[in-house]
Amino acid sequence: MNILKFLTAGSVDDGKSTLIGRLLYDSEAILVDQLEALQRSNRKNDDGTIDLAILTDGLKAEREQGITIDVAYKYFQTEKRKFIIADTPGHIQYTRNMVTGASNSNLAIILIDARKGVIEQTIRHSFLVSLLGLPQVVVAVNKMDMVDFSQEVFDKIVEDYKKLAAKVGLENVTYIPVSALKGDNIVHASARMPWFKGSSLLAHLETVDIPVDTESDHARFPVQWIIRPQTDDLHDYRGYAGRVSSGSFRVDDKITVLPSGFHSTISKIELLDKEPETALAGMSVTLHLKDEIDISRGDILVSSANQPIVSQQIEADLCWMDTKALDPTHTYFIQHNSKVTRCRVREILYKVNINTLEKEFDEDFRLNDIGRIVLKTADPLAFDLFQNNKANGGAILIDSRTNVTVGALMFRANAD
Amino acid sequence: MTNKQQLDYLDELEAEAIYILREVAGQFEKPALLFSGGKDSITIVHLALKAFRPGKFPFPLVHIDTGHNFEETIIYRDQMIERIGEKLIVGYVQEDIDAGRAVEQKGKNASRNQLQTVTLLNTINKHQFDACIGGARRDEEKARAKERIFSVRDEFGQWDPKRQRPELWNLYNGKIHKGENVRVFPISNWTELDVWNYIRRENIPLPTIYFAHERDVITRGGQYMAASPFLNMDDEDVVERKNVRFRTVGDMTCTAAVESYAFLIDDIIEEISASRVSERGARMDDKVSEAAMEDRKKGGYF
Repeated sequence: MNILKFLTAGSVDDGKSTLIGRLLYDSEAILVDQLEALQRSNRKNDDGTIDLAILTDGLKAEREQGITIDVAYKYFQTEKRKFIIADTPGHIQYTRNMVTGASNSNLAIILIDARKGVIEQTIRHSFLVSLLGLPQVVVAVNKMDMVDFSQEVFDKIVEDYKKLAAKVGLENVTYIPVSALKGDNIVHASARMPWFKGSSLLAHLETVDIPVDTESDHARFPVQWIIRPQTDDLHDYRGYAGRVSSGSFRVDDKITVLPSGFHSTISKIELLDKEPETALAGMSVTLHLKDEIDISRGDILVSSANQPIVSQQIEADLCWMDTKALDPTHTYFIQHNSKVTRCRVREILYKVNINTLEKEFDEDFRLNDIGRIVLKTADPLAFDLFQNNKANGGAILIDSRTNVTVGALMFRANAD
Repeated sequence: MTNKQQLDYLDELEAEAIYILREVAGQFEKPALLFSGGKDSITIVHLALKAFRPGKFPFPLVHIDTGHNFEETIIYRDQMIERIGEKLIVGYVQEDIDAGRAVEQKGKNASRNQLQTVTLLNTINKHQFDACIGGARRDEEKARAKERIFSVRDEFGQWDPKRQRPELWNLYNGKIHKGENVRVFPISNWTELDVWNYIRRENIPLPTIYFAHERDVITRGGQYMAASPFLNMDDEDVVERKNVRFRTVGDMTCTAAVESYAFLIDDIIEEISASRVSERGARMDDKVSEAAMEDRKKGGYF
């Protein structure tokens, strides 16, 4: 059994929370005491049924306002798969939260209100999903009960969305007509839409393919910690602890340490008292090398056959996440894997109007703005382009005055 | 190598938790692992073994001792420390009560649960810990579902849900100002069942109270509480002998037992899989109000 991480994107009234509530409720992931708490809360729909949306709104301020203000994570599982839902708010002012949720997901469910069709928010959500490189997208056309479960309405929306998908560059898109409120095609197939031959949403989520790059020549291993017991019996023990971020490593593989450029060979892979032959993408292990080289936290071990870019000038997409605007004169920290160095934004190339997808020029970069910039870093980074390798192509910016995470970066080109 | 090779969910959760523990080691000067003796913190100790052996842990274990513990928990704690050979620091709630820094609650449902926060914050202060690793999981409670993996607390230990840092990919920002500390939750993405399945797979020993045993209990609010000198009892309380086990372990005064005949870990997993009540349903402290957990966390509670 593996894990699928997904997020739901939709605007305030598209029924996002209801959809999540319905998934949990119909798959019997809600427990009795939680259900009782739900009933105590006295939020009811017009027809007297429990308001499932309240399940996902965990904070007082959210319950008071009836909206979601922050990312929450929900868990459920079926016999086929485990699921982690990043429940992100849909408002434009929470773009940063959607970017955050998307960065940790393999799949996005984009909700469209059947009565409204493709609207400005749909464009924004689709753009963000594409920007963050999510491999799988589900377009859930919701509130089909409000349009008499009409196939024409659904087909028209699919047709419109296909144009949008082509424009923003989304490839694997699956379309499902649903009613979250009534439960059609969420967990159980709908008898009211016999014209729809696809899977229910849950059945799709249970079986959709999650691509993982385990090709050995894409191997990347950021070093987090050096294990050196320095005891009498382990005097010469030196292990490099970290997590394989992409590809895989095998004993006897030739590796290069970046940014120094030293070469060596893997002599042993350890995971506590086990010694696996291979370390796959996602695994936390300890690597041993045949040669003694100076390696510290922040360095990255890579396959010698396929090396990332090493550069101090990078072109990147930036999503700004702080209320204080980007200050081009200020030196920020950049955190890329386990490496932290200083950097400055040298140039703003353009900003994207995320509702129209037009490129605009503007000297200010404010909360929720997204655009392309050029960075100069104090030390060289060993990175891949985000479109080629997400795990080694993203970074965060940290304001050195407040220590707050202020930006998400997706590396797009070497600007050296 | 094909694209189809994927980690099993327990391997993935394990790898993520080890990664987080190593980030703590790499990013902080004086971290600590908060150890309660419960199954979640026991699991984290096991994960720390995988993250740092054959080296030593880059942090001590810290136990906030309310003085109202189950005896079995303390025995387990001391045996475990001896087995792994790591450092243990104990903060005693009793010392804060004796010094007048914490005031014992009164009444029938009095517990020291709230007082733990005082001792926790004093212990953090005394040792100048800049990061505290804990076993909280997001599936436990709705306010915890909003918690970050690296959760920044101010100098008063407060959690401010509106000022949380976004967490992108697996990049955890542990930069803080002096006086602040970060609470780190390596098993945020695990569910109760995941923890049990992992304990079974890894053969991790647990305190005996998790398994069914005979015990004197009294009924409070429809739940079984372990009869003990710490519980304020009166004439209405009737002590009964029941076959019980504990699903979650905190203080004797705030943790309820469930009637059970699950003597082995397989029985427990079966019992939990079939259960329709959540784990925190057995925590009296969560029932105070709808936002009980959120309010306690804002005040510095874990």
